[in-house]
Amino acid sequence: MADEYEFEIKRKDESGKVYYSTYKVPKDKISTVLEGLLYIKENLDQSLSFRYSCRMEICGSCGMEIDGKPRMACSTIVEDLKKDHIKIEPLKHYKVIRDLVVDIDPFFDKYREVKPYIIRDDDGKYDKELPQTPEQFHEYANFAMCIKCGLCMAACPIEGSDPNYLGPAPLAAAWRYIADNRDQGAKYRVEVVDGEEGTSRCHFAGECTEVCPKGVDPSFAIQKLRRTALKIEIASIFGGR
Amino acid sequence: MVRQKNIFVSGIILRCVYLEKIKEDVIILGGGMAGLRAAVAAAEYNKNLSVGVVSKLYPLRSHSVSAEGGTSAVLNPKDSFDLHAYDTIKGSDYLADQDAVEEFVRLVPEQIYTTDHWGCPWSRNPDGTISQRDFGALSFPRATFAADKTGFHVMQTLFSRALKYDNIRFYNEYFATSMFIENGRFNSLTTINLRTGDFTVFQGKAIVFAAGGAGRLYQFSTYAHSVSGDGDAIAYRAGIPLKDMEFIQFHPTGLVPSGILITEGARADGGYLLNGEKKRFMQAYAPNKLEKASRDVVSRAIMWEIEAGRGAKGEYGDMEYVYLDLRHMADVLDERLPMITEIAKKFNGIDAHTELIPVHPATHYTMGGIDSNVKTTTDYSGIFAAGENACVSIHGANRLGSNSTNECLALGNVAGVSAAKYAMEHDIPDLVVSNVDAEEKRIWDDLLKRNGGENVAKIREDLRNNMDKNVGIFRDANGLNTALKNIKSYKERYEKISIQDKSSTFNMELEWALEVGFMLDLAEIITVGAIMRTESRGAHYRKDYPNRDDENFLKHTIATYTKDGPKITYKPVVITKWQPTVRTY
Repeated sequence: MADEYEFEIKRKDESGKVYYSTYKVPKDKISTVLEGLLYIKENLDQSLSFRYSCRMEICGSCGMEIDGKPRMACSTIVEDLKKDHIKIEPLKHYKVIRDLVVDIDPFFDKYREVKPYIIRDDDGKYDKELPQTPEQFHEYANFAMCIKCGLCMAACPIEGSDPNYLGPAPLAAAWRYIADNRDQGAKYRVEVVDGEEGTSRCHFAGECTEVCPKGVDPSFAIQKLRRTALKIEIASIFGGR
Repeated sequence: MVRQKNIFVSGIILRCVYLEKIKEDVIILGGGMAGLRAAVAAAEYNKNLSVGVVSKLYPLRSHSVSAEGGTSAVLNPKDSFDLHAYDTIKGSDYLADQDAVEEFVRLVPEQIYTTDHWGCPWSRNPDGTISQRDFGALSFPRATFAADKTGFHVMQTLFSRALKYDNIRFYNEYFATSMFIENGRFNSLTTINLRTGDFTVFQGKAIVFAAGGAGRLYQFSTYAHSVSGDGDAIAYRAGIPLKDMEFIQFHPTGLVPSGILITEGARADGGYLLNGEKKRFMQAYAPNKLEKASRDVVSRAIMWEIEAGRGAKGEYGDMEYVYLDLRHMADVLDERLPMITEIAKKFNGIDAHTELIPVHPATHYTMGGIDSNVKTTTDYSGIFAAGENACVSIHGANRLGSNSTNECLALGNVAGVSAAKYAMEHDIPDLVVSNVDAEEKRIWDDLLKRNGGENVAKIREDLRNNMDKNVGIFRDANGLNTALKNIKSYKERYEKISIQDKSSTFNMELEWALEVGFMLDLAEIITVGAIMRTESRGAHYRKDYPNRDDENFLKHTIATYTKDGPKITYKPVVITKWQPTVRTY
């Protein structure tokens, strides 16, 4: 084995030119892909652009395609990839701004669409907590771990063909709030997620769940959303709530 | 308003300036916990007010998401505000303003319930009520927590809540470069839109500084890379004094070698510290609280063990370290400490259930900041400060674990409401164009045109190593004077930087250069303050002056900008009912 890694990075400059740059990164100087990128930026090529912040896989900044898969640069240990030549590209399904920096606005716009917040009739009175048992917490806990990195959107085959599809993370967020016993907004959220561009587009291929660095299971959330939508629909037909 | 378009000359941008103006009633600088709380508070106070959140990052990328262990709040009838205040004041080594602390602790419980109603998954008791855990140097277990992802969950909650309000606008990836005060009042904030490179001026009626701390002035750090002290430096250069900057907190347990935070909750829940001989050692330093003593005390204990030759060494280069032992509490790790368990596994390949975790003290919190108060006001009208960017001072010489996120919530709320009230009664002042012109020239005619061959990242690396070595946990006159001399030499090198990247789109190198400029100013303030404070108090420990000196130094350090460096003055500490006494744990 060589004592250097080769990072082959897909570039895009501000004139729109796309090309690849390859850099040699000493193995003993770095552990993670992010450390490799910082090494390049500090020592080899000041023009390389990428996003990063927390370096502990909690802020969601540094998603990119690493060795053909959407991953977080900060928590991808290069050694674990078991190869010396690492190919790095910007996340798929997003518009590239420059190099590895993509336009994440459409993702946050979709997230906002699903009303990802508690909706209550008595909003504004905060004198004590709303009871929630540990069991009730576990109903939505998995879906609350989403760090909004957007990897799932890059992995989702539907996102690739239909940019209007709400996508895994926003749909998982819709379920996260519906499954929270403190929330009363299911009917408003179902209106958003039950349409053509919502849950019915999902094929349950499960790529989103597979790439999530936090173990969130959007695929499962989408199944739950479909059943909830059906229940609400049936209830309304029979004069329920 | 387009003043000048990009002019390309053989690919090099001579002047990349659209002077674009954005007007908002209330401007929030920083999108972390204090900033988002302030934004929501201002937006709710009056839905007709426009609120602009200006951040160099996207929402949820701010360092607040990394907060782990908990947030202190008096929720239990057996606890009391006086007890929370006393713990905080003792923790501060009596440098906190006691009137501010007393007011602050009373503001916190409401914020816990508020965020609960907004969806924060505070960890629960079996009966569904909010649970609390012990934390360092607390006399009652009042740390309210969301597993060991407290900051993360509170941030998700606040961001989500902010999305409910159409009067909040997010200006993501706008890098603030300077702020201007005219006639004692906020005038404008200049920024670079990182996506386009456009020079963009924000005008508003009021501004809230909530841009966080300055911990990445150091190399071994729990902080996100983005924490470069921008808010402190921008305020300082605009003429607002900074307070108590020499007090930098070192968290006892930064994961070796990355520095990633391993929460104090791990020790509060029963974790041990072991030295290189695999023996517990806190008995010698804090016989009562042991591993649960305050952070300054535990961090020093670790360094003393290492200095005495009892550190562990070998696996991680030259760095010596100690161990965090959680093996005897393996059964609670997955429920109460899932994140640090995952971090140890992902980043070090260590199974915390069965193996020891290598740790070393790492910079974690900036006690100092903008000279402000518990009302979040400053000496200038229309300018407010909250969170780590502010120095109220609640934390004095050493912040207690579990006392930062509650400050972001409680005083972020106060700042938002105060800024909103101020905005209701004032107009947007006329822009002083000459100020903005001068700032534009500083960046495009000076900084971008420097061509001495110095690499910005190298200066930053040297600065960080200098701070680690000479302005760290143990300080003395020799080291501090060397540090100051070094900082002056880095400032000279900074005059000779060459920014290689000439792009206007997402020019990270320019961003780094501006950050390093801020960092150099702050490093100087920290070091000068540390040189002049010839005593040991809280996180500031002088080996040549190992005792606290209340007679001469029971006072806040105030640093005011002059072109020749900081002018240092002092301000009295407010004592209400707790007279300074010997501090032991």
